[in-house]
Amino acid sequence: METLRTFGHFTRDSLALLVRGDRYYYGWIAFLLLLMALGGFAYAAQVREGLIVTHMRDQVSWGFYIGNFTFLVGVAAAAIMLVIPAYVYHWGPIKEITLLGELLAVSALVMCLGFVLVDIGRVDRFWHIIPFVGRLNLPSSLLAWDVLALNGYLLLNWTVVTYLLYCSYTGKAYNRSIVIPLVLSSIPMAVSIHTVTAFLYNGLAARPFWNSAILAPRFLASAFCSGPAILLILLQILRRTTRLKVQDEAIFKVAELMAYTMGFNLLLTAAEVFKEFYSNTEHLVFIRYLFFGLKGHTGLVPFAWASILTGAVAFLLFLVPRTRTNWVTLNIGCVLIYASVYIEKGMALIIPGLTPDVLGDIYVYRPSLTELLVAAGIFAMGFLVFTLMLKIAVPLMLGEFPGPASKGQPLRKPAAYIS
Amino acid sequence: MSDDSSRHLRMTRRNSRRAFLGGALAAAAGALATGCGKEGMEAFLQRNFRELSRDDLDRIIRRLEGEAQRKYGRRIRIGAEPAMQGVVFGYALDLSRCVGCRRCVHACVKENNPSRDPEIQWIRVLEMEKEKGVDLEAADAYYDPAEVPREGHFYMPVQCQQCRNPPCVKVCPVGATWKEKDGIVVVDYNWCIGCRYCMAACPYGARHFNWAEPGIPSADLNPVTHYLGNRPRPKGVVEKCTFCIQRTRKGLYPACVEICPTGSRKFGNLADPKSEIRYILENKRVFLFKGELNTQPRFFYFYGV
Repeated sequence: METLRTFGHFTRDSLALLVRGDRYYYGWIAFLLLLMALGGFAYAAQVREGLIVTHMRDQVSWGFYIGNFTFLVGVAAAAIMLVIPAYVYHWGPIKEITLLGELLAVSALVMCLGFVLVDIGRVDRFWHIIPFVGRLNLPSSLLAWDVLALNGYLLLNWTVVTYLLYCSYTGKAYNRSIVIPLVLSSIPMAVSIHTVTAFLYNGLAARPFWNSAILAPRFLASAFCSGPAILLILLQILRRTTRLKVQDEAIFKVAELMAYTMGFNLLLTAAEVFKEFYSNTEHLVFIRYLFFGLKGHTGLVPFAWASILTGAVAFLLFLVPRTRTNWVTLNIGCVLIYASVYIEKGMALIIPGLTPDVLGDIYVYRPSLTELLVAAGIFAMGFLVFTLMLKIAVPLMLGEFPGPASKGQPLRKPAAYIS
Repeated sequence: MSDDSSRHLRMTRRNSRRAFLGGALAAAAGALATGCGKEGMEAFLQRNFRELSRDDLDRIIRRLEGEAQRKYGRRIRIGAEPAMQGVVFGYALDLSRCVGCRRCVHACVKENNPSRDPEIQWIRVLEMEKEKGVDLEAADAYYDPAEVPREGHFYMPVQCQQCRNPPCVKVCPVGATWKEKDGIVVVDYNWCIGCRYCMAACPYGARHFNWAEPGIPSADLNPVTHYLGNRPRPKGVVEKCTFCIQRTRKGLYPACVEICPTGSRKFGNLADPKSEIRYILENKRVFLFKGELNTQPRFFYFYGV
């Protein structure tokens, strides 16, 4: 009962914190809300008219929404790139920022679920996929597994960060026997969310482009470089805009890990390309459509090569210690990695998987304005969630949270977050 | 306790738990999602077809018939005839006879109430080059010559293959599609959430999505329908060929078989050793489309001559 009341105070104080801020904060929130409103209007029209307002059709029945979903699952999974060095290898400098990785995972998952929700034709029946309420087709449907894995991972991360923040609010030490197992179990969970998402495509014999055994490893490799790329930029912004200390070492260590995963990602892509071109079967048609175009349709070609090129350049920038520890080249590398993987997951995975269609028809898909607006709205929602969570988490991490202190209670300053 | 009654008990328990959870959920979202009113709420809360009691089904059918009447200004009948005992439907198509006239496509549209605008067709006829055989890269579904068949070409109509091992059923996250006892793969249009995973999984392009509210002129509506077949569909759900379930479960041929001017299309009961379909399987050269995917179609292509 006492705990419940304190938690109530925590919630109230947190909410109070959200409405306080300077004009940059308000401007940023207003900008996100504006994007969300635009997305909301576009989505309302989509609900009214049907998915006809997208450019998806029977031949290419999944598109931009599912591409973004797939990319963001990777971002969510990438939180473990911070958890592993911090908790498996007990590497100090990273422990302080692990919480930020988990917050990023939570907001990425919110966006994932948003993209799935806008993609389904009957959003009024979303409850059919809720376990025990609807009718989940287990064990045979990978989409049903994905619902469980993603929501489980969201719940896990949400619980851990809320508990940790609550503990530093009350100034009491957290219970290690609760937190450490949860944090450690987030490692296999993170691997499983991206693996299950890969299996979603991988298991379809009808689509040879996806039906390759290295699809799941490729997903993991690309996720473990794109997720940290976002995080490295965010960390630099945070240490400029808040008093949060993020050590250079921590950033460089993450960058080093990214060099390995990016190299592995490029190797796996090369393995896939070799298998397709050397064996030269009828399945080559999809990868040919992607890299060279088919029957005069070359819309994807520049994207495909851009993804390869940016990935390769970023790999070199992160591989060489001098460019890895130079802020300019490091940030260029982050942007290039982001671009490479975003293009690869967003365009170069879904579309060539479905083009030509199963009967050889080529339907040229590109996202419609509605799809772009709705996607922008969902990204804005994710950023909003992330911003609001940071607004609460950063002062707590710094020991500056106004709540209990204003009530005359001493607040223990939590220097290293979880140790 | 017999197997059946224990299953019934389990089902009832599950249903009451679901009714409880579903009720709580509905209070929050039901009115919002489907408009207020008792009918809207009932539609929102409706269970999967396979969990409905006879009474529930009757009531739902009356509601759906009323909705269709209001929308199209015509009375329609929604039947729910179950699979016949000892019947497993099979289809055979004679590639050496098909001339690519596409009368089957239009007869199917007339019979099955797919949307005319935007256009949905369940049968796609591919024009292929004889020299290349069944090569989908060289196939053309949009051929438009003055006269068919064209020199050097053959025609291959493709529709749902009613697989014995259907990937679409396996992947559906909510069990909105399944294989009936007579082998027909059906969709519950009131349970499908429109995720389109089945469309990604189908190797035959047999599944079609209602991207917009289906547009059917009311004069063109076929009023004789089946719950799992040609009844009017809502937007946002997937639909497919059901071997004309509304006809074949009454002993009639599918519309495409009936219309075919060359007699290329054959249909019958695989479980009956004396049926024409069994004669074809035993005496003709048969091939299964994309047989390597192990979908095991009940739709057989053959060479009659």
